[in-house]
Amino acid sequence: MKAKVSLVLNGESVSAEVEPRETLADFIRERQGLTATHLGCEHGVCGACTVEVEGQTTRSCLTLAVRADGMHVKTLEGLAADPAMMVLKRWFHDEHALQCGFCTPGMLITARDILSRHRAPDAGTIRKELSGQLCRCTGYANIVKAIEAAGRELAGA
Amino acid sequence: MKSAPFDYFKPGSVADACARLASESGGAVAIAGGQSLVPLLALRMAPAVTLVDLGGLSALGQFAKTSDGVRIGAGVTHAAIEDGKVPDPSGGLLQRVAGGIAYRSVRNHGTIGGSVALADPAADWPACLLALGATARISGPSGERVEPMEALLVGAYTTSIAAGEIITAFDVPALPTGTRWSYQKVVRKSGAFAMSIGCVIVRPDRAAVVVLGGTTTRAQLLVETATAFGGDEARLRAAIARDLASVQQDADDYVKRLHTATLLKAVREAAG
Repeated sequence: MKAKVSLVLNGESVSAEVEPRETLADFIRERQGLTATHLGCEHGVCGACTVEVEGQTTRSCLTLAVRADGMHVKTLEGLAADPAMMVLKRWFHDEHALQCGFCTPGMLITARDILSRHRAPDAGTIRKELSGQLCRCTGYANIVKAIEAAGRELAGA
Repeated sequence: MKSAPFDYFKPGSVADACARLASESGGAVAIAGGQSLVPLLALRMAPAVTLVDLGGLSALGQFAKTSDGVRIGAGVTHAAIEDGKVPDPSGGLLQRVAGGIAYRSVRNHGTIGGSVALADPAADWPACLLALGATARISGPSGERVEPMEALLVGAYTTSIAAGEIITAFDVPALPTGTRWSYQKVVRKSGAFAMSIGCVIVRPDRAAVVVLGGTTTRAQLLVETATAFGGDEARLRAAIARDLASVQQDADDYVKRLHTATLLKAVREAAG
């Protein structure tokens, strides 16, 4: 069986015939060639594939592409000019918040969501909210520092 | 891992969904938020010939205050409850439980009905709704029926929901002023599945209710522990030991200590 999927990806309308079993992650990476969305565990544990669907953080490996029909999807590529994302990326650079970089796209999208729901969060809040994102370089200390600093800057504190 | 192939059906109504689920008994699987089912499909632990997508059914996403509490549609997400969008007549218990489920990106999609229908022994909603005395509204080929949580939960990943039936909503009774509650769980890290859940609700007009989750079977009402509520620690420990002997006979010493500690913590917090 094939099903037609039409969605708005980073502001552009895209459509394709997909098998119902195809995940949104594979749709984004394999069909659209957008490779900032990383696939780690493929069963919802690592968070590397986090994207935004209708403005809400979403694990694209746990989302069937066919179920995203008609929806707005944003990946890290589509957030390049987002003011909060620009601040986060600068702090990730300054605090050396990545080593291999595999988890970074999911970390950045999740960090942006954390800062949208919590004003200038403290390290404890960030650690709790970030618990679904795995960094196998175990570079969490600098990731938390970077998000904390970005949160302070965005809050004007 | 990638899922094996399956067909996809998007029903136009609850009746439409039930009819499809009934006609393909054994091969059709309902998908709500998909946060548990999609990984189970990917790991090829859950076979499906056809996925029946409940996601677009607006009837399941409704919620409203009722004369004695709140009716929460089965398709309401954990995040909607966490964010206080749903009236919470439980004095914050629903909101606390919702905010502690998995991770925000999962809570944005995972639903209260999906969680109960899957009946994972480590899940939060079965334990919480059982303690609250909630009832499920279930639609099927032969109409609608109402089932208390105690009857709905049968065992690990097992409920009384028959082929062709889906949960449409939960009726959650309001807790009166002066009610005290505690919800405790032990997790290896924030958002991980619980190894032990203790939920205690003490209404001023009724005896205490104690529920244990994270067992190898289903969320369980602990009668002995509830009766011993208010007693000293020795009495509580003895009651918990008797309850554990009946609800989780295979518990080793570690599991017994874990459940005992969780329950004592919940009882103490609820006692104030």
